[in-house]
Amino acid sequence: MNEIVVIIGGGIAGLEAARQLLALGHSPIVIEKSDHLGGHVADWHKLFPDMKPAKDIVDELVSSSKDANIFLHTEISFINRLKDRYNIMLSNGISITSRYILFTTGFRLFDAAKKEEYGYGVYNQVITNQDLEKWFNTSKDSRIDNSAMKAVGFVHCVGSRDEKARNTQCSKVCCITAIKQAIELKEKFPDAEIYCFYMDLRLFGKKFEDFYIKAQRDCGIHFIRGRVSEVSENIDGKVIVKAEDTLAGRPMKVTLDLLVLMSGMVCNPDSTRVAGMMSLPIDSDGFLRSTDNVSRNTVSPKNGIFYAGACTGPKTVPETLAEARSAVLEIHNSIISRR
Amino acid sequence: MSMFGFRISPSSTIDLDKVDRNRFKKLCALEPDASKCMACGSCSATCSASEFSGMSVRKVLLCLQQGREKEAYAMMSSCMLCGKCLMVCPRGINTRHLILSISRIYGKEESI
Ligand SMILES: Cc1cc2nc3c(=O)[nH]c(=O)nc-3n(C[C@H](O)[C@H](O)[C@H](O)COP(=O)(O)OP(=O)(O)OC[C@H]3O[C@@H](n4cnc5c(N)ncnc54)[C@H](O)[C@@H]3O)c2cc1C
Ligand code: SF4
Ligand code: SF4
Ligand code: SF4
Repeated sequence: MNEIVVIIGGGIAGLEAARQLLALGHSPIVIEKSDHLGGHVADWHKLFPDMKPAKDIVDELVSSSKDANIFLHTEISFINRLKDRYNIMLSNGISITSRYILFTTGFRLFDAAKKEEYGYGVYNQVITNQDLEKWFNTSKDSRIDNSAMKAVGFVHCVGSRDEKARNTQCSKVCCITAIKQAIELKEKFPDAEIYCFYMDLRLFGKKFEDFYIKAQRDCGIHFIRGRVSEVSENIDGKVIVKAEDTLAGRPMKVTLDLLVLMSGMVCNPDSTRVAGMMSLPIDSDGFLRSTDNVSRNTVSPKNGIFYAGACTGPKTVPETLAEARSAVLEIHNSIISRR
Repeated sequence: MSMFGFRISPSSTIDLDKVDRNRFKKLCALEPDASKCMACGSCSATCSASEFSGMSVRKVLLCLQQGREKEAYAMMSSCMLCGKCLMVCPRGINTRHLILSISRIYGKEESI
């Protein structure tokens, strides 16, 4: 019954899959490139929709998957296809043979510096959603000056829904993340005016609309429909943001102490590189392509290879965890049907 | 110069740094739902005064948040307080009551 399953990526998808495989009596081997488990979620502070500490989720997953074989700081050097299995060579010199490979390689955050007009890496007051989450966790970021927080802006859709940035997809989680972060900042700086610059508000998930209403009604956050076109710096070291208020049909400007760019979720080159070793197809949005985007999302077109989590497109934590379980079930069923 | 058709147009830019939010904050204290508008436009579409006067609760709220109080007040003068907008607002804003509160707060001010 016991079967080796190689899981590429030790984010939440990889850990949840490992834990479920262990529960079914299999032997998962988790290959993680970085020095820690938990992937992106390990950087987040509190998770929408219930503001559960991200650390709690990661700690739970790490402890319940600890019996898996886990390699940190390890990458895939190459993969060969043998008759009915794969030979996987790791960067630490170990080689593994397995019938099953599960990709949980996740996403990459869009590099906000590519949108030069927003001034990330140019102006000191411009940070990303990821920087802000890290600051919530560590209180350390020289760009955030606690004493001067009178006006803060959030720019939605940075590197998403943007053909020029070569990402036409909506990253799905950044509207709700912006609102969540805006509320958290307002709670820290009650006197600050906070602005969200959006094109559409895409708040699809459970209780997301409630966050929006809370942000409007209880926190007085200003929602401005219009994409920021340009950011510049004034002599006082603040940033001036220009946009069109498309509801008013007029140009608009505002001076801010901090500007947060909602960088989108884009395909992870580490994921496509490994997929390339097995000639796995890439979808039109750059993410790994499932057999079917409706009913076989976790199944690749190649025998024995499965996907879970953000490697096939932007996903929330609950969606990612659900996919990990679903992929494990596909693998388990396939193992059983061989016997 | 005007003979040649040249003139300096006033800037139409909304400068959020200069918006005086005191009255809007007063309004929100009285009508907490005033900031809940999601700009769907149902109120304006149903308003019988809108066709003739451009009255729109949505626009009134937008103007007030941007300090364009005169514009908002001018629009409101054609409201008949029929309450149709109240029936359709998906955010459950008591728009009719809101309009009365706006008149109460902004009407008193000489400055607008
Ligand atoms: C700013 C922001 C805030 C968010 N906040 C929330 C929230 O509050 N609530 C919520 O539900 N969702 C939130 N999300 C979404 C959440 O981050 C994702 O759902 C989740 O990270 C997806 O997990 P994953 O395991 O699929 O991918 P990842 O988290 O990207 O993990 C992938 C892992 O695989 C490793 N890896 C990749 N390639 C390789 C390789 N070739 N070899 C070895 N290892 C590899 C990576 O190092 C990483 O550890 C947020 C997203 C963003 C951008
Ligand atoms: S979720 Fe919102 S901010 Fe993110 S890409 Fe979609 S519309 Fe833009
Ligand atoms: S109450 Fe005023 S704004 Fe509302 S529908 Fe009637 S006339 Fe229009
Ligand atoms: S119907 Fe309500 S939510 Fe819609 S625009 Fe009018 S006031 Fe705003």
